[in-house]
Amino acid sequence: MEHVGPYTTIVIALAVGFLCLFAGVLISWLLSPHNPTPLKLEPYECGEPTVGPARVRLRTMFYLFALVFVIFDVEVIFLFPWAVAFRELGLFAFLEMLAFIGILLLGLAYAWRKGALTWR
Amino acid sequence: MNYIYAPAELITRLHDGLLQLTVWAGLPLVLGEVFGTALVMLGLFAGCAVVVMVLVYAERKIAGHMQARLGPMRVGWHGVLQVVADTIKLLLKETLIPGRAERGLYRAAPYVVFLSGFLALIALPLDRDLVPLRLNLGLIYLLAAGTPGVIGILMAGWSSGNKYSLLGGMRSAAQMISYEVPLLLSILGVVMIAQTLDLPTLVEAQRVPYIVLQPLAFLIFLVAAVAETNRNPFDIPEAESELTAGFHTEYGGIRFAYFFLSEYVHMFVLSALGATLFLGGWRGPLLPGWLWLLVKTGAILFVFFWFRWTFPRLRADQLMDLGWKVLLPLAFINILVTGLILVLI
Repeated sequence: MEHVGPYTTIVIALAVGFLCLFAGVLISWLLSPHNPTPLKLEPYECGEPTVGPARVRLRTMFYLFALVFVIFDVEVIFLFPWAVAFRELGLFAFLEMLAFIGILLLGLAYAWRKGALTWR
Repeated sequence: MNYIYAPAELITRLHDGLLQLTVWAGLPLVLGEVFGTALVMLGLFAGCAVVVMVLVYAERKIAGHMQARLGPMRVGWHGVLQVVADTIKLLLKETLIPGRAERGLYRAAPYVVFLSGFLALIALPLDRDLVPLRLNLGLIYLLAAGTPGVIGILMAGWSSGNKYSLLGGMRSAAQMISYEVPLLLSILGVVMIAQTLDLPTLVEAQRVPYIVLQPLAFLIFLVAAVAETNRNPFDIPEAESELTAGFHTEYGGIRFAYFFLSEYVHMFVLSALGATLFLGGWRGPLLPGWLWLLVKTGAILFVFFWFRWTFPRLRADQLMDLGWKVLLPLAFINILVTGLILVLI
């Protein structure tokens, strides 16, 4: 366990997980019937005939949320090392981070006021 | 019998035995190591499957009794074999790929979703010295490994060739990334106190379970974890009565089973992470450590199931408001208060 490096372990886990799932699909493929008819291959829309293409245009709000998410996710990554070293750095680190979080909260307030966080 | 209390010793014994076998067979030592690790992962995979089966059965039973009915009763004693029967049924189902689907992505999506949960699972400290994957950045790794599931869900939604699947997938993704931020921020308070990202060390550092020191963070974590796994009352992406099933409408048979499996694995990982961070992980009197972890994880999972039959489903806009306008500011307040107290002490 501990003599293989940790990152090799991840690769092995990935391979084993993949193979197990693949074996499941294979077994299912061997055991199950195969009889695809054109009707079965239609998209499932509760019996209604499908209208238009499947890849419809989506509203821009999804992208707004994604953008705000990226900002805050990167911020959290910056906060983790700070949190680990927090006790050693003391008051100075706290004030520094207060400024950092303050700026980001300002950003949150801006997005909030502009309605980027409202689901429409 | 001692192995029940110290399973790590058993693993070490088996590991040594395997290496001796490798030397005896005249094979390079690395091969034995790799094979041993693969066996451990296989065991974890099997463990995963068993845990999920127990969870599904427990959920159905709990749901039944909460609604004054019995739940599954037919297959086996009190329906214990119900999940096995369901698994066999799903295995024997015809696996169709819809005509309009993007075949490669459609096939790959369940793998991505499951493997993301599985890779997160292997970093969990199951007992003292029993950590399948120990990294000094374990916490970050676990959180990072669990995230690509969102991509798998988007892949499933997009590749299905059904506009409702696409919409469900997009909604799922929007919800999961929205609750990712408060989830991470709630963990930050714990890291500030423990000063480490190594999960076993984090458990050792808990003289009192961190739920006592970080009650608000635990609450945020719990709500965000429920939303993260798309469960009631945050199951808008799947909303049976509105969208048919969200991103996995077009999936059937074994591939659907994988999505189902992944959902429970993600749930288990987040609950076990909550137990590790806030409830003291494997620590506890009398019982062996791994059993304590399972008991604590089970307690959190029970709350998950309880939520499902207590709260009505939120509306999409209420959901986003809760994430961005309530939980996120609360998480920031929690960090600032924790920081202030730590500086003053």
